Formats: sequence, C-alpha cells, structure tokens
Amino acid sequence: MSSKVIQAMYDDDDVLVAAVKKVRENGNHIEEVFTPFPVHGLDKAMGLKETRLAITAFIYGVIGISFAVWMMNYMMIDDWPQNFGGKPNFSYAENMPAFVPIMFELTVFFAAHLMVLTFYMRSKIWPFQTAHNPDPRTTSHMFLMEVIVDGNEDELSSFLKNSGAVELKVVEKK
Amino acid sequence: MSHYESPLRETLILGDKSYLDVSNDIAAPIEGKANKMWWIVFSISLVAFLWGIGAIIYTIGTGIGVWGLNNKINWAWDITNFVWWVGIGHAGTLISAVLLLFRQKWRMGINRSAEAMTIFAVVQAGMFPIIHMGRVWNAPWVLPIPNQFGSLWTNFNSPLLWDVFAISTYLSVSLVFWWTGLLPDFAMIRDRATKPFQKKIYSLLSFGWSGTAKDWQRFEEVSLVLAGLATPLVLSVHTIVSFDFATSVIPGWHSTVYPPYFVAGAVFSGFAMVQTLLITMRKVSNLEAYITRDHIENMNKVILVTGGIVAVAYLSEFFVGWYSGSSYEDFTYLSIGAATGPYWWAFWALILCNSVFPQLLWIKKFRRSFLVSFIMSIIINIGMWFERFDIIVINLSRGHLPSTWTQFSPTFVDISIYMGTIGFFFVLFLLYARTFPVVAQAEVKSILKSSGSQFKRAMAKEEGKEYRK
Repeated sequence: MSSKVIQAMYDDDDVLVAAVKKVRENGNHIEEVFTPFPVHGLDKAMGLKETRLAITAFIYGVIGISFAVWMMNYMMIDDWPQNFGGKPNFSYAENMPAFVPIMFELTVFFAAHLMVLTFYMRSKIWPFQTAHNPDPRTTSHMFLMEVIVDGNEDELSSFLKNSGAVELKVVEKK
Repeated sequence: MSHYESPLRETLILGDKSYLDVSNDIAAPIEGKANKMWWIVFSISLVAFLWGIGAIIYTIGTGIGVWGLNNKINWAWDITNFVWWVGIGHAGTLISAVLLLFRQKWRMGINRSAEAMTIFAVVQAGMFPIIHMGRVWNAPWVLPIPNQFGSLWTNFNSPLLWDVFAISTYLSVSLVFWWTGLLPDFAMIRDRATKPFQKKIYSLLSFGWSGTAKDWQRFEEVSLVLAGLATPLVLSVHTIVSFDFATSVIPGWHSTVYPPYFVAGAVFSGFAMVQTLLITMRKVSNLEAYITRDHIENMNKVILVTGGIVAVAYLSEFFVGWYSGSSYEDFTYLSIGAATGPYWWAFWALILCNSVFPQLLWIKKFRRSFLVSFIMSIIINIGMWFERFDIIVINLSRGHLPSTWTQFSPTFVDISIYMGTIGFFFVLFLLYARTFPVVAQAEVKSILKSSGSQFKRAMAKEEGKEYRK
C-alpha cells in the first residue's frame, strides 16, 4: 500500500520535540523521525515503547554463566579430572573459586555480544545494508519528521510550517 | 526540554560551534590531505613495525633462545611489554564506560580516541604471550576445543587460561562498543562524502545507519548496558593479569595487594598514554575546540588519584616486606636490597617516574599546561614500563637458591620486537586519525546546548555570574 507523507525538516532539536508533541496532539500520525544525534525526550514525545534490549542482555548473561558452568564442569570434573596441586577435582562446588574468573568473563561475553547482535538485527543494521534516511543532512545537523497525509495535505503543511519546519516536501512512500 | 547546566561547570566545546560546525570539524581530517608531518611519523612507525615483524619471524624461525631469557629469568621483556600494553589499554574503556555511568560529559571529547588506543594497545599486548609460546602454530591449544589428544582439556584452574578469556573478552567487547558508537559518525561521513569510492567505504562501515528515533533509543540503551558490563570487565582484566603473578609462590609476586594495585596502575598508565596521544592530536587535527585544557586537567586529576593509589601500594609492599623480617623479602622489587643492589637504576626509575615527578601535578598551573602534561605523560609511560620490568626481572633475578642468582640483558631481538609493537601501535593510530571520526560527534552534539561556549555564556549572563572560560 502506498501512502503519502510530508517530510518536515527542522534545524533545531528543541523545536523538533515541541513540533512532535503538537503534531500528535493534533491527531496526526508520525511515520518516522530522523535525527543526527540522540535527542533526549524524543522517544517519550513520540510515544515510543521502551526498548527491551536490557532485558535480553540479562537473559544472554544468564545463558553465558550457565554455559561456563556446564563447560568447566564437563571438562574439569566429568570428562577428565586432573590433579593440579591437590585441588579438589571431583566436585565443581569445591573447585569453584578457581572457576569464578571464567564464569564472569563468559557472562559478560555472552551478554555484550548477543545484545549488540540483537540490536543490529532489530534495527536492521549490518554490513552492506543501505541507509534509508531521506536526506543526507539528517546525519549531520538537520532533523526530519515524516507525517502521514490523510487527505489533508494543505492544512497539514501549514500546520507543520507553523511548528517551525524550515523545509517541507511531499513524497509518495511505497 | 531543558539543557540547563550550572555556568560553574566547565565549557566543553569552545568557539561557539553549531551542529554543522561540529560535523565540518570532525570530517575535516578525513576529507583533507595528510600533511608532511603525518607522513614522516607514519614512515618512521612503519619502518619500526616492519623491523619488529622481522624480529618476530626470526624468533619464530629460530626459537625464543634468541631472546635474553635464561634459566632463572624465564620471563622478561615479553611479559613486561605484555602487561605494559594491557595496562595502557585500560583507559579507553574506563573513559567510555565508567565515565558514562557517572554521567561525566567531558568524556565525549576524548572517548573515541581513547577507545581506539585501547583496542590498538590490546592488539600489541596479545602478540606477546603468543610469540612467547615459541611454537605459535600451537596457539589454538589455549582454547577449550575438542582435540586429537583424547579428552585432554585446557586447565581452568590456571590464571594463564583466565588471561586468555579475559583478554579476548575485553578486546572483543571493547571493539563492539567502539564500533557501535562509530556507526552514526560513519553515517555522517558517508552522507557528506562526494567521492564515490569514499561513499562506498563509509556506507559499508556505517552498516546502513539511518538514525531513526527508535534506532537512537536502542543505541542509548545498548550504550548504557554495555557501559555497565564493561565497567566490571575493565576491572577484571588487570585483576586477572595480576593473578599471573599473585597466585604464584615467588617472593615479590605472591601478594594479595596485586589486583587493586595493578588496576590502579593500569588506569594510571592508560591515562598517561591518552594524554600523549591527544595533546598531539588536538593540535595536528585542529580539535582544540573539543579537547580543551579542562579535558587535560580532568585527566591529570585521574592520573593523580591513580598514581596516589599506586604510591600507597608501593609503600605498603615495601613496609610489609621489611616488616616480615624474611631475608628473601630483601631482594624483592620494593626493598632496600633492590634499591641498592645491581638493579638500583630500575628501582629508582620506578620510584621517580611513578611516584615523585607526578606529584608536580598537584600544582594547578602544571596540571593545566599542555607542555607539562605531555612531558609528564611520557615520564609515566616510562615509569610504568619499569614497574613491570622490576616486578618481573628484579624478583626473578634472586631466589631461594643463591647459586642461581643472575641478571638479565636483552638481546637486539627483545628490543626490536618491543620497538616493533610501538611502531605497529602508531601505524594503527595514525591510520585511524586520518580515516575515522576521531571525536564522537553525535554525542558531542547532544551536549552542545549544555556545554557549548555560546550557551554557557548566555546561562552565566542570565544568572549574573562570571563566565568561566
């Protein structure tokens, strides 16, 4: 389904956030906002849900520490117990202090890498991916808001102009 | 939305910059041409690097007998250099992770380069244990992978194996942290690139970053959680490096103070290296507006604190060794025996460079001087190298059996490999300085309205306070 959007360009982050609030109060639907840097409060103004990436990191960390315990128990206790200076080699619990560093490292390893991979997958960023910001200036110093046109192009245009937009462009989106 | 910040806090971005000015300034070194100075330093570094590669090939081809190691001193420059480089690699993640958790805005001007330094330093560090194996092709044996020796696994009780896990986790997590932060900045370079080849390269590097509101929300969450994970990680790495020594039973090494003392020493030396690099880079790449005198002063304060911790550790090691009354403690690296014995010069290099000279930074004028900070950073780099040399060589040079007492002299191969890693480090850093956005410009833009000079001045005026430059 194709839809028409107005791309409103702003040159200031505060004006943008105020405009986002006004547009939503006016009952218009914001398709997307592109900014060159994290604008604080923008996600709340747009009504975005909170991200759950931190929760995934916790889950990945639990997987990491479980993997570490399983691996060291299998290798050092079950499969091939060895005697190193008389350290207890028959019980994971009794030999555990020596295993703490690697339990910690693997927790961090799993949590960090898998969380970042999840982020890349969710935001669709990876090598050879093409960017879809409509204007090259939005990664440098301009802020762009896409608002869906619902048969009210003229009215919406003047509304956005009043909200502080410095440029307006109407485009058909696939 | 309020950008208010007390006018008493330091101005972090000088020169009344706009968002576009920031982009222009950060892109300038990438879009411009390298000057003569860059080529000269790069050529010298490259020659040193290639010379180092030659020395490594010679070592691998002949065996580590070409080093100055002997029966008693079986670890020397290799492990000294390893610990020195890992230590240097501590400042980057400390700046980006710990200072992020503490909401220190001044980190934003320097975190990118500090992280780059971290990664390049850890790469140098990682080479030493591998070439010290002698048979480098057996390096994969340190990994717990199924092998042809039946069920013989790696020894998870050994601090050397903990090191493998700690260093590789640290390197890979730092790399990912760094790269994720780079994506929006690569995207900025990509979108303003005019040459097609450049555009292609930066498109690839930026992973198609578009900067939607949701992307930024996730980006900030990921940065925060990574900072939370990297903070204990950075402390764990040098703790585990210190276990290589502390869990052994050699006098001078077997010491419970090692983990905190190594971590403080690592941060101390890492910040010194950041100073060395950034004081130079702010001039060469015209970044005076982003890496200011206040940044340098803040880093000097960190150097003072961590240097103080290190000095207290030296004192306690010295005292406890002496107080034990054990004659074996009289030749450990912090003892009267060391101060007056054959390695007196190494002992005093350590004390002077790490604990005496840095005290000059208590004087505000010195702390805020680029020249003094630069010279001090070089002194600390030298001092911290000697610390590791002293720990390893002085402690090993004497032992329970006096007939084995000996000294160490490096061969040209030892020296060449060390010089080679310094060359390699600078080759990487110089290439980075010409091709990467060296300041986290997206983050800097996000603090422009609270810490930029024109906004600071306006806030000071409004409150009737004096503008603090």
